[in-house]
Parts: sequence; structure tokens; C-alpha cells
Amino acid sequence: MEGMAGKRSSLSWAVNIAAFLLVLLWTIPTLGLFVSSFRDRDQIASSGWWQSFSASEQTGFVRTGTDDDARQEGGLYVIEGSVLEGDQQLVAWGTGARRPAEFQPGETARINDGWDLTVNADGSYRLTSAAPFEMRRGERIFTTTEVPPTITTANYQRVLTAEGLGRAFMNTMTVTIPATVIPILIAAFAAYALAWMQFPGRALLTAAVVGLLVVPLQVSLIPLLRLHNDLGIGKGYLGIWLAHTGFGLPLAVYLLRNYMVGLPREVIESARVDGATEFQIFRRIILPLSFPALASFAIFQFLWVWNDLLVATVFLGNTREQLVMTGVLRELMGSKGGEWEILATSAFISIAVPLIVFFAMQKYLVRGLLAGSVKGG
Amino acid sequence: MELFWLAAGTIVIGVFGCVAWFWGSNWVLDAIYPPRGQNAGDNIRRANQIRPWLFLGPAILFLGMYLVYPVIDSLWRSLHSSDGSRFVGVSNYTWAAGDEKFRESMLNNMLWLLVVPALSTFFGLIAAQLTDRIKWGNIGKSLIFMPMAISFVGAGVIWKFIYEYRGPDETQIGLLNWLVTRLGGDPQIWLTLIPWNNFFLMIVLVWIQTGFAMVILSAALRGIPEETIEAAILDGASPMQVFMKIKVPQIMGTIAVVWTTITIVVLKVFDIVFVMTNGQWGTQVLANLMYDWMFRGSPDYGRGSAIAMVLMLLVTPIMVWNIINARKELR
Repeated sequence: MEGMAGKRSSLSWAVNIAAFLLVLLWTIPTLGLFVSSFRDRDQIASSGWWQSFSASEQTGFVRTGTDDDARQEGGLYVIEGSVLEGDQQLVAWGTGARRPAEFQPGETARINDGWDLTVNADGSYRLTSAAPFEMRRGERIFTTTEVPPTITTANYQRVLTAEGLGRAFMNTMTVTIPATVIPILIAAFAAYALAWMQFPGRALLTAAVVGLLVVPLQVSLIPLLRLHNDLGIGKGYLGIWLAHTGFGLPLAVYLLRNYMVGLPREVIESARVDGATEFQIFRRIILPLSFPALASFAIFQFLWVWNDLLVATVFLGNTREQLVMTGVLRELMGSKGGEWEILATSAFISIAVPLIVFFAMQKYLVRGLLAGSVKGG
Repeated sequence: MELFWLAAGTIVIGVFGCVAWFWGSNWVLDAIYPPRGQNAGDNIRRANQIRPWLFLGPAILFLGMYLVYPVIDSLWRSLHSSDGSRFVGVSNYTWAAGDEKFRESMLNNMLWLLVVPALSTFFGLIAAQLTDRIKWGNIGKSLIFMPMAISFVGAGVIWKFIYEYRGPDETQIGLLNWLVTRLGGDPQIWLTLIPWNNFFLMIVLVWIQTGFAMVILSAALRGIPEETIEAAILDGASPMQVFMKIKVPQIMGTIAVVWTTITIVVLKVFDIVFVMTNGQWGTQVLANLMYDWMFRGSPDYGRGSAIAMVLMLLVTPIMVWNIINARKELR
């Protein structure tokens, strides 16, 4: 028995480690975005986000002052100044582009026949010459500096105010909330009819709903855009609300019907016997009891509409004022490929809301998935 | 701010309108066929014949207008010229069969169909099995499940930080290239690396879908009767054997459901390709190709619709399978 126990504990270690690695692998990409959104542009461009908690090295050059800045000190002409800004620390310096880190801080280099250049660890430099300086541009000093890790929220301020993401956020909200609420109502009534009313064609309709679950919405784009134009709806919020309602309905009806069928028959029958109308039964008994299923679908639809790019691109205009957040992100990826800090921060803002909803309502999401796992996104 | 009022107003009008329809139509029905008086029995019977259609009306209208009609209209358009003015028979389809980009898209879609459902289900099964056996399993599950809540576009940005390329002399800021250079390799421009770039795009979808597979499969694994597992252990089966020979065969039905569900997601994959490569460098897929024909340059609705119908055709077997299964359950 002892042997078995030992085997089991080593196995459980292996399971723990394997699970940890798997979770790590799945978390790292999102973590990278999160960390990047708090780094400034130079940091993102000069080192990977995983190095953001250690100091990063940067190289660059500064020019010394020119003859105008020179003063006389005894028999020497002297130019003084500093090569550092902010909280940088000097690691090495040099005078030529070929060897930008030739000297250590505190060393003295001889340049241009008779000039002595000293750069100290605190960044101050001293250029001396026996003869007067004659130069229109300052001498170049190449520096290798170390910048301590910094965390900044400046990206968020900039993105939310200047980059128009605040507007996109509002647009996304405007699209998402009605497009989540309206299908729920329509579907709830339909689901009740399919689950608890007797009428010819019920089985056929239920089968049709299951079939419509998987219709690729790409098929609908052009016909619907044409239809909207003919009806005078055109491109705009009304159109996208209607479209999302239509696309979300099969899943809504399917989920709710499956849930309502499982409700206790006696409750509904006895209400009928007591003379309650179907409308009263629906409102007083079915709706409250179906809350978990309603919540499941609400989360699905919310996530789906919030994260959608295709329907928004087609049914809303593509001007700056009309873009939803996924549209802005797409534009940023195309046109501002270099502005990493804007991209990372915008992306994180756009996924923050779904993530909050996800973590807060995970229970209902899982329940819904288990009930309706034939829907294909 | 006007936007807020517009949205709030629409919700109120929409919700109120729906309620008004259901309540009002039921009230009218009861007024025409009152469930009392001398004809009460007759009236109730008649009202009960009509009422389901009042409840179903709006849903049928929406389903018909937004899903059924478009399929028929697309079919019609796919048989017509670019602006729908001339009947051209199947020439849009024969064009597609000979078009190089279409063939590339079909091939890539098939590749996606093989790889993504397989890997997602595989990782999902492993994740389910692992997280069910540890104390912090629920937290682990949440974290693996999390990408599900992230948009494809957001995922595209996230993975850009992993695939980013910098010249061999510069510091790599993409995680993958950093690892590769650390191990002594040369940095690669992953997204233009034909044909492997397809796999780098697929990984993004696998990353998103594994959580879904895990959640469903984990529930199925927990539903397996204890006795079968205990019996196998008593017979001396190793944990691996228990998993492969006892557990997996019992959840085959669920695996099939997960597989087909992911298959449908894969068939429609659009956003990931759209934002990461836009179909360049041999990564075109059907949904993106269709978008190109419908909305880029001079739109050709005939060809676009033909591609859409091919997509529709590809999901049809799954649709039929789902309906058959659902009807089995209904009985």
C-alpha cells in the first residue's frame, strides 16, 4: 500500500505541474498585453514586455555645446554640461558611432588633436582644449544608459481622450445593450410556445431553429444590407440592432426552449386549471423560473455583440465617429502598426468589459454552454 | 450624450413595444373569443389554436427575414451577374473552381478544419482531466477559459505581441522571436512564412476555443459513472489506461458535439485572418475572400454570393446532423 501512496503523490505532483504549465501558457499572451499597456513607447520598442520589471538599456547620443558655450578657465577653454535626463544612469559612453561604448564613466578621451573629453557617472561632461574651440555643431557623445522600470498610466489617459476610443466605447455600448435585451424578450415568448403549447408544426419549427443555429451569417450580409436600404433603414444603429437580434434569435430560442421544457409540469398545469391565461402563466411562472437560462443567453449575446467586427463593419458606417471598438482596433493595427502603446492600451480597454462580465457571470456562461453546445459562434 | 438617450430610448421603445405586442394581441384574442359565456368551450379551443402564433410571430418574422430569406437571396444572387441584372447560370461557381485564390482559400479552410478542432479538443480534454484533479482546478479552468471572452480582433493584437519581428541585430520584442534567438536561432517574420503562417493564425483560434472544449468535456468526464472507473482500477488499469480506454470512449458523443461546434466556428473564421494578415502570404480563407469580393474595390455580388453559398454548403452536413440529434432528443 505504501508504494501505491507514494506513486499517487508523485503523480499528483506531475498533475499539478502540468496543469500549472498549461494555465501559464494560456495566460501569458493576455498578460503580455496587460503589462505592455502600462509601458511607454520607448520601453515597448526597446525591450520585450517580460523584461519590463528589470532596468532596460538604451543607446543614443547628445551633442556638446559649441564655441559659444565655451568659457575660459586659466589657460584652458572649457565646455560643460550633462548627457543624462531624468532618472537615467550612465553605463558607458563613446565618441564615435562605430564604438559607442568605448569608455567607462569617469574616463577621459582625447579627440580631435588636443581636446580632452571626460564624462562622469553622474552624466556631467567636461570638454577642454588649450586652443579656442572652432565648431559650429557640438561634438557627439554616444551614451549607453540604463532606465529603471517605470509604470505609466499615461497611455490610458491619451487613448481615452485624444484617440477617440471614448467615443468608440460609447458606440459599442449603444450597439450592445439593445442588441442583447431585445432578442431575449422575443425569444422568451417563442420558446414558451415551443415548449408548452400544442399546435401543428411545433416539431418542424423546433427543428428549423436547430438548423438555423449554424447558418453562417456571412450569407446574410449582402441580402440584408440591400433589404435595409430598401426599407429605408440604411446603415445605422437601428439596422445593426435588428441584425444582431436576428442572428442571436436561434440560440436564444433554442436555449430557452430547452430550459423551459424542463420546468415542472404540475406547476403549469395547475395554474391552467386555476384559470390563469397563458400570458399570466408566462409572466408569473415561466419568466421568473427561467432566470438562469435568460442570464446565460444574455451573456452569450453580450459577449458576441461586443466582440463582433464583421456585422459592425457591414451594418454601421466606417467613419471615425461611427466605429465600434473592434473597428478602431482594426484600424490601429493597420495604420498605426508602430504605435504599440496605443494599440496595447486600446486593446486592453476593449477586452476589459467582456473580461469583467466573464469573470462575474462565469457560472451562467458555463451553464448555457452545457445546455446549448450546438451553436457555433 | 445624445447617443445615450438614443440607446436608452430604443431599449425602452423596443422592450415596451415587444411587451405591448404580446400583451395587446393576447388581450384582443381574449376579447374576440372570451373564455366564458355560452360558447366558452368553443372559444377557448379557437383561441388556443391562434395564441401560439401570437407568441411565435415576432420570432418567426425575424428568423425568416434575417436568416431564411438571405440564404435564398444569396442563392439567387450567386446565379446572377455582379450587379444581379443578368442570369449567368453556374458560371460564378465554375469561375470559383478555376480561381487560384478560391482554391487557396478552400485548401486553407480544410487545413483549419483539420487542425483547429483537433488541437482544441485535444488540449481541452487534457485541461479538463488535469484541472479536475487538483485543488486550484477552478481557478485554472477560469484562466484557460478566459480567452473565450476576448474578441478575435483583441486576440489578434495580443498575438501580435508574440509574433512581432525585429531585425537580427535588434532586441526582439516579440516573445516567440526572443525565445528563438535565445535558443540560438534566427528571428523569423512568422506571419509571412508560407505555409507555416497558417498554423500561427490557427494557434490563435485554438487558444480561444480550448476553454470551450475544456468546459464541456470536463462536465462530461464528471458525468461518467464511478463504478466503471473503479472496476477498471481494481482490474489493475493504469491511470493512462483508465483515461484512454474507459473515460474517453464514454464521452465520445460529447467529443463529437465539441468537435462539430468548433468546426462551425472554423468554417466562419474571418476576423483573425482579416486583422492579422488580411489573406496575404497564402493565408486566405473563404469568409475573408467573400468579404473581399463583396466590399472591396468594385463589388461583385454574384461571385461573393457564390462563395457564401459554398460556406453554406459546407455547414449543411453539420446542420442536418444537429437536426437529427435534436429530433432524437425531442422524442
